[in-house]
Amino acid sequence: MIELVNVTKRFGKQVVLDGISMEFPVGKISAIIGRSGIGKSVLLKHLIGILRPDSGSVLVDGLDITKMGEIQLNEVRKKFGMLFQGAALFDSMTVFENVAFPLREKTRMKEKEIRDRVEEKLEALDLSGMGDKYPDEVSGGMKKRVGLARALIQNPDIILFDEPTTGMDPMMETAIHLMIMEAQKRFGFTAVIVSHEIPEIFHVAHRVAMLHNGTIVEDLPAEEFQNSSNPITQQFISGRIDGPIKVA
Amino acid sequence: MVRFLEFLGAPGLRVLEKLGNMVIFFYQFLFWAIRPPYKVRHIIKQINFIGVKSLFVIFLTAFFTGGVLGLQGFYTLQKFGAEGLLGAAVALSLLRELGPVLAALMVTGRAGSAITAEIGIMRITEQIDALKTMAVNPVKFVVVPKIIAGIIAVPLLTAMFDVVGIYGGYMVGVELLGVNKGAFFAEMKTSVEFKDIYVGFLKSLSFGVIITWITCYEGYYTGHGAEGVSKSTTNSVVLSSVMVLIWDYFMTSVLI
Repeated sequence: MIELVNVTKRFGKQVVLDGISMEFPVGKISAIIGRSGIGKSVLLKHLIGILRPDSGSVLVDGLDITKMGEIQLNEVRKKFGMLFQGAALFDSMTVFENVAFPLREKTRMKEKEIRDRVEEKLEALDLSGMGDKYPDEVSGGMKKRVGLARALIQNPDIILFDEPTTGMDPMMETAIHLMIMEAQKRFGFTAVIVSHEIPEIFHVAHRVAMLHNGTIVEDLPAEEFQNSSNPITQQFISGRIDGPIKVA
Repeated sequence: MVRFLEFLGAPGLRVLEKLGNMVIFFYQFLFWAIRPPYKVRHIIKQINFIGVKSLFVIFLTAFFTGGVLGLQGFYTLQKFGAEGLLGAAVALSLLRELGPVLAALMVTGRAGSAITAEIGIMRITEQIDALKTMAVNPVKFVVVPKIIAGIIAVPLLTAMFDVVGIYGGYMVGVELLGVNKGAFFAEMKTSVEFKDIYVGFLKSLSFGVIITWITCYEGYYTGHGAEGVSKSTTNSVVLSSVMVLIWDYFMTSVLI
């Protein structure tokens, strides 16, 4: 389980996370929603130790990763996979090499085994025949799927998704959501998704939390979240301009 | 008054902070460089990029540097009737000073800027963060092969610069201006000592560290967006070049 305990993060004078405490249950899909630039990705990066909080703790299976050195942290990170907002593919490597990268760097698997596993993942994500292309030769949606294949390739215990469907057409968006749900059911990993996709995210996630002004204003099971009476949550879900959230 | 003191102190603090960060960055390089696994394939790839791909520009600049040394040296030495010393003058200038410095400046311009831009783009497109999420240390994966490759490639390029430069001096001095071939090489053999080669080697070795250290650092801690990468690239080339010249002075004053 991942747990945030009183996590605070500032960038200069701006407080992005203001004493956040929350849990991400094992084997469930949790979603974090909120306005653009509110700090959702910052929160996600704290879960894997890319960013360290100014104060507070991040517990992964009971271990506080904020107190760990880089080597110890790398051991914890082996449990994780992550899909970045812009996919973060290595642009000097082909699609195939990108997906194979974690296996080549972190396992002793034979090349044939790696090839089979990568081809299988590429096929599952509708990327067959794209293996030899470089990231700048494929569309934005394809890049996301390549990033997803790379995040899933080692069958990690925890997968973090930073806006996995942004920039995709509606059909591909549904396909990716289904794929996340099916993969989660099959492998039972813990997933944390940062998303803007409303109402789709309520069908994907078991639990939804809303981040606003550095705090979690609501953290509920998906069905309950939709019916929440919190005015901030309701304004965000309905997309209204008038309400407690001020739109600049 | 307080504001005035702040105005004076702030740039100094920034410089100190940067120096401190650079030292920590180098410590990280050392820490990860000695930890297995050793990525020999990545190091060879970087030697190819920093070394092999710089050969053309090194040959070109070395030949003409040697040539101009031959030309200037000839007209100066002729005034004293000592044209025979041209070989020694060309060889000593190249081995002790011009070879290491000019080779380092060429590598900075060609490979150093590319190193900063490459790492900077990796930073702004979250590729550095992606490495971390895959439990791959970015310093070990990206920085270590480049600095080790620099330490290997720059002295080798300097050696080639020296040889091609001497050949350039020979072509101009002996073939073009008619200096006696025997005297050219005999004086060179008499004047050049092992220490001259050794000093040049030590300089080029340290330049290899300086160039790759600074260019990797600037890329690793680049600013935001394309503008950030562009600024870092400019900074890295200017800072590396200046540091090469300053360090050259200190090494010369110690090793002369």
